[in-house]
Amino acid sequence: MLAPAVGLLFLWMIYPLLRTIYYSFMRYNLQRPETYGFAGWNNYFYFYMDPGFWPAILNTLVLVIGVLIITVVGGILLGMLLDQPIFGQGIVRILVISPFFVMPPVAALVWKNMILSPSYGVAADIAKFFGASPVDWFAQYPLFSVIMIVAWQWLPFATLILLTALQSLDGEQKEAAEMDGAGFFSRFWHLTLPHLARSITVVILIQTIFLLGVYAEILVTTGGGPGYASTNLPYLIYKVGSVGGDVGRASAGGVIAVILANIVAIFLMRAVGKNLDK
Amino acid sequence: MARAVTTQHKVIATAAAWIVALLIFFPILYTIITSFKSEQEAIQGFDLIPSWTLESYADVQSQYNYWKPFMNSVIISVGSTVLALLVAVPAAWSMAFSPTKRTKDILMWMLSTKMMPAVAVLMPIYLLFRDLGLLDSRFGLTVMLMLINLPIVVWMLYTYFREIPGEILEAARMDGASLWGEIWHVLTPMAVPGIASTMLLNIILAWNEAFWTIRLTTTEAAPLTAFITSFSSPQGLFWAKLSAASTLAIAPILIMGWFSQKQLVRGLTFGAVK
Repeated sequence: MLAPAVGLLFLWMIYPLLRTIYYSFMRYNLQRPETYGFAGWNNYFYFYMDPGFWPAILNTLVLVIGVLIITVVGGILLGMLLDQPIFGQGIVRILVISPFFVMPPVAALVWKNMILSPSYGVAADIAKFFGASPVDWFAQYPLFSVIMIVAWQWLPFATLILLTALQSLDGEQKEAAEMDGAGFFSRFWHLTLPHLARSITVVILIQTIFLLGVYAEILVTTGGGPGYASTNLPYLIYKVGSVGGDVGRASAGGVIAVILANIVAIFLMRAVGKNLDK
Repeated sequence: MARAVTTQHKVIATAAAWIVALLIFFPILYTIITSFKSEQEAIQGFDLIPSWTLESYADVQSQYNYWKPFMNSVIISVGSTVLALLVAVPAAWSMAFSPTKRTKDILMWMLSTKMMPAVAVLMPIYLLFRDLGLLDSRFGLTVMLMLINLPIVVWMLYTYFREIPGEILEAARMDGASLWGEIWHVLTPMAVPGIASTMLLNIILAWNEAFWTIRLTTTEAAPLTAFITSFSSPQGLFWAKLSAASTLAIAPILIMGWFSQKQLVRGLTFGAVK
């Protein structure tokens, strides 16, 4: 019963991974296939020496951490707001979670053209209304603009999960704390936040997996530029491999990406594994 | 007195929640509005009232043959989901009802395959697809998306199946039902809601997948993700058409998503948050 699922997943995991490791030690360029041969550590060396390497690592970190801060803080605030009794709660919830269902290319193009475009975008209209000059977001703040788009897509996810957790917070406990005269911040700090701790961990870890792989949003907005200003690790690997045709070097980058992702994965597995024991 | 405070509290909370919700939803709302404008209107500055023309929708079909990528998206997302369920239902079933010492390890291992960043294996997969003649084929992409989402499908089904009481199963075994007999005749009615939720979430994930769908297709098999991406070239200047194409691309999934909020939490947290 288990065999098909396990077999398929095993193949799917082991085959591409071994091939990536293999290629990472080979000189293999699709544009110059005749130079195929063993390369030793050269691919790793040249991937590391790529002028985009450090910017890409740094941008990957800034993107992941930036989006995490916005979505977790925003998600807690929004979750607490939606946890209040409000009129039209169902509709508000639907509006708030909607961005999560928008496919990345649509999200990115809508933000790029209709919201942030310096000539016709809504943001430019607002700036002009207040007498300010419109900002060319993707040219001046490329990474920040990408972070905004990605955060917009993931805020609903964080909100939804934290709201679910908040709703399971015992009402009696809250009332008891109120009776004891605990103020809003004291209640938040001593009751709400500890209760949310596990959900926050789950949100951070799951989002990190997806955020480490942000690709389409960059492809359709900045193309990784200007220069390397908004190139993250996946985008750099794509450029080296798909655009440059350098299979060997892209594979070396892939191995580095796997190592990075695994560091995160170890923590996620622990968090989820604990839940399984219950 | 207390009553008055409560009402006031509710009004303030309502106002705040609605303002924030509308701000978050605004890009989607504005896309829908712009899709009903003409191209000239679309770039004439901020305006929430369109002329309700359908010309952009007509143009998207006549100029770009919109129907084709749309059908590709339907075929690939539904196909990969059905394939994944065929493989995952028996696996999740046996782990939920006949767990062994290794069940937990297998589940964790399946989860770990999800951690591999797609981009890391871009080159080998691309070359494999090229050598097998699967580039730009619906079949290749369907299999690909099935593999990507299989761990989530197994996990979701497992958490649902585990909630089915085991006594019912034992009673069926006493009556001499075979394993497949158990699944199809005794427990299917109890498992259907879980399977349906899993299916819904998986279709959403497959529909919106935007790495492999873009990298492994060009024209024939390109689903909506790849099609919309092509608007980032100069065509992107046609905002009304971009909006119409985007509205059509997100509408079905948006509606499905609204119905599966709860399952979304469960599926995407691997059952860690319910």
